[in-house]
Amino acid sequence: MNLIINFIKKEFLQFKRDKRMFGVILIAPVLQLIFLGYAATLDVNNIRTVVWDQDRSYASRDFISKFEKSGYFSMEYHVSNYDEIKNLIDNGKVLMAIVIPRNFEKDINSGKGTDLQTIFDGSDGNKALIAAGYSLGITTNYSVNILNTMVERKGLKDAVIEIPQVEPEVRVWYNPSLVTRKYMLPGIVGLLIMLVTINLTSLAIVKEREIGTFEQLIVTPLKPSQIIIGKFIPFSILGLVSMTIVLTVMRFWFQIEVRGSVITLYAAAILFMISTLSLGLFVSTISKTQQQATMTSFFGVMMPMIYLSGFTFPIENMPTWVQYITYIIPLRYFITIVRGIVLKGIGFEDLKFEFAALLIFGIVLLTVSSLRFRKKLE
Amino acid sequence: MVINQMLNRIYAIIKKEFRQIKRDIRTLILIFFFPVFLLMLFGFALNLDVKNIKIAINNRDSSPESREFVQMLQSSGYFRLVGYIYDEKDISRFLDEKLAQCVIVIPKDFAKKLGSGETAKIQFLVDGVDGNTATVIMNYMNLASRFYSGKMAQEVSSRSGFKTYIPVNPEPVFWYNPDLNTTKFLIPGLLSMILILTAVILTCLSIVREKELGSMEQLKVSPLGSLELIVGKTIPYTVVSLFVAAFTLAISMAVFKVEVEGSYIMLFISTLIFLISALSLGIFISTIADSQQVAFQLAALSTMLPTFILSGFIFPIESMPVAIQILTNVTPAKFYIRVLRAIMIKGVGLEAFYMDIISLVIFATIFLTISTIRTRKAKAV
Repeated sequence: MNLIINFIKKEFLQFKRDKRMFGVILIAPVLQLIFLGYAATLDVNNIRTVVWDQDRSYASRDFISKFEKSGYFSMEYHVSNYDEIKNLIDNGKVLMAIVIPRNFEKDINSGKGTDLQTIFDGSDGNKALIAAGYSLGITTNYSVNILNTMVERKGLKDAVIEIPQVEPEVRVWYNPSLVTRKYMLPGIVGLLIMLVTINLTSLAIVKEREIGTFEQLIVTPLKPSQIIIGKFIPFSILGLVSMTIVLTVMRFWFQIEVRGSVITLYAAAILFMISTLSLGLFVSTISKTQQQATMTSFFGVMMPMIYLSGFTFPIENMPTWVQYITYIIPLRYFITIVRGIVLKGIGFEDLKFEFAALLIFGIVLLTVSSLRFRKKLE
Repeated sequence: MVINQMLNRIYAIIKKEFRQIKRDIRTLILIFFFPVFLLMLFGFALNLDVKNIKIAINNRDSSPESREFVQMLQSSGYFRLVGYIYDEKDISRFLDEKLAQCVIVIPKDFAKKLGSGETAKIQFLVDGVDGNTATVIMNYMNLASRFYSGKMAQEVSSRSGFKTYIPVNPEPVFWYNPDLNTTKFLIPGLLSMILILTAVILTCLSIVREKELGSMEQLKVSPLGSLELIVGKTIPYTVVSLFVAAFTLAISMAVFKVEVEGSYIMLFISTLIFLISALSLGIFISTIADSQQVAFQLAALSTMLPTFILSGFIFPIESMPVAIQILTNVTPAKFYIRVLRAIMIKGVGLEAFYMDIISLVIFATIFLTISTIRTRKAKAV
C-alpha cells in the first residue's frame, strides 16, 4: 500500500514539475468548451441571397419582401442576368438565387400561375435543404394568401367560401429554445475526459522506455498491478478535475445545469475512465516510440471515438454495419449517460444498460491491457 | 559560397531526417495505414442527412381527413411510423424512451373544423435534445402542414365552383450536388483533418523527441543556423505528407466517387501550401513544448479540435457569432477546406479561392518566422 502511495506521489511530483502540462490540462477544457458552445450550431439563419427580378412589379417586390421579413434571408445582391448569378454562386458569395420571371404579376392575377425558379448551392446538402425548406414555406404561404383574397373578392355574397387551413403547432421538448449548444456541450465532458486520460497513459510507459527509466521500474519491488494502479489514480484524478471544471463553466457561463444526480454522473465518469485509461495503457504497450503512441491514440482511438459516438453525427443516420461498430465505442454509452443526466434529469434506472456496458468494457479492457503490460515487464 | 554552404548543411539535415524516417518503418506504416482506415470508416459513417424520422401518432379524430394527413406523411419517405398512441399518458413515454422523435397529436375536432372552413390545429411534439435534427423535423412538419392546407384550399375552392390554380409554383434547383449528399461535402473536411494531424504530429514530435533525448544539444553546438535547421526539418516531412495526401485523395476518389471537377495542378499546389502551413504549426509547437506529452496535448488542442469545431468542416461559419468567426482564422484547415470544396465539388478556378491560398501563405510565414526567432533565442541560451 505504501509503495503505491509513494508511486502516486512520484507521478504527482512529475506533473508539478511540468507546469506547461498542468496549464494545458486545466485551461484547455475551458477554452474548448467556450469555442464549442458558441461555434457548434448547424442552424442556418443568414442565408445570403441574390435576386434577379425580371418583373419589377408591385407583386414581385412584395414577394421578395416576404423573404426579407422572415429573418432567414438577407438579400445581398440584385442582378440582371444569369451569368452574374452563376458567378456569385460559383465564388461562394451567395447560397441561394431567386429568379422572378417576367410576367410574374400578370400570371398571378390572371389565374394562370407562375413558376418561380430558386437555385441553391448544393455543396452543403444540409444547409441547402434547410434553406429550400424555408423558401418553400414562404412561397406556399404567399400562394395560400393570394387564393384566400381571391376567394374573398370573387366569392358570392350569399355563399361565402371559407378556406380551411391546417396550422402546425410545434412544441419542442427538453430543449425548447433548440440551442445546439445544449446538445453538444454535455458531450464534450466525455471528449475531454478521453483526451486527458488517453494522452497521459498512452505516453506514460513508452516515455519511461524512451528515456530509459523503464528499467528502473522493472527492478523496483512494485508489482505490475501496483504500477498500473499508481499510474491510473493520478490520471483519473486529473480527469475528474477537468470534468469538474467543464461542469462549472457549463453551469455558470452557459447556464446549463445538471438536472439529474451529480453523484451518478461522477460514478459513470469513473467507470468510463477505466476504459479510456486501459485503452491508453494498451496503446502504450504496443508502441515503440512516443510518436507511434501518439499516432495510434489520435487516429486509432480518439478519432473513431469522436466520430462514432454520436457526439455530432447521429448514429441513426449511419449505415447499419457502422451502427454495429458504434457498440464497441465506450464514449457512445458515456455520452448517452451524460446527456440523459444533464439534459433530461433521468436517473440510474433508465441508464442501466449504458452503465452495464461501460462496466463490461472497463473490465475487459483493463484485463487485456494489464496482461500485455505484465508480459512487457517480464 | 555562403549559400552553397548553407545548402550543404540543409541537405545534411534532410538526409539525416530521411534516414531516421526510413529506420522507423513502424511509424511509416502507421502514417499510411491510419488515414486510409479512417477515411473508409468515416466516409461511410458520416452524414448529416435526416431521414427515417421516427414518428408516433396520437389520432383523436378517426376521420378520413386525419388518416389522409398521416398517409401523406408516410408516403413522403422521410418518416417512419413507429406506432399509434391510444392513451395520452403514453405520449411522454414515447419521447422519454426515444421510441419516437416526434409525436403527432391530431385533435378531436380536426375534420369538423376543416369541414366548416376553420383553422384546425395539429400538434407536433418534437424531441429537441439534438437541436439540429429537431430543426429539420420542424421544417418538414411545417412544410407538410402547408402542403396539406394548399391541397385542402384547392379542393374546397374547386368544389365551390371557383377556378383554382397555384399562384406561385416554386421550382428549387440544386447546383453541384443535386442529390444533396452530405458525404461529398464532408470528405474535404475529413481529408484536411487527417492531413493536418499527420503533418503536425510528425514534425513536432520528431523535434521534441530530440529535445527529450538530448540530441538537440548536439544540433545546437553544430554550425547549423536556426533557419537551416527548420528548413531541413520541414522538407522531409513535407515530402512524406504529400505522399499521404496523394494516397488518401486517390482512395477517396476511388471509394466515394468524389471527383476532382477542377484542375489537378491547383489541387497539388494548394495541398502543398496547406501542408507547409500545417508543418509550420508543428514546428511552432515544438518550440514551446519540452516533452512529447505536452506536444501531444498542444497538437490535439491546436489541430484536432479547431479543425473539428472552427474550420467549417461541420458547422457553418456564417452562423457563428462574429467574435468566433474572426477566431476561425487561426486554423489553416478552414482555408484548405474551402479550396478543396471549390475544386472538388464546384469545379471552379483560382478566382474563387485565391484569398484562401493567400491566407495559407500568410499563416505559414507567420509561424515559420516566430519559430525561427524562438529557435535562435533557444540557441543563444
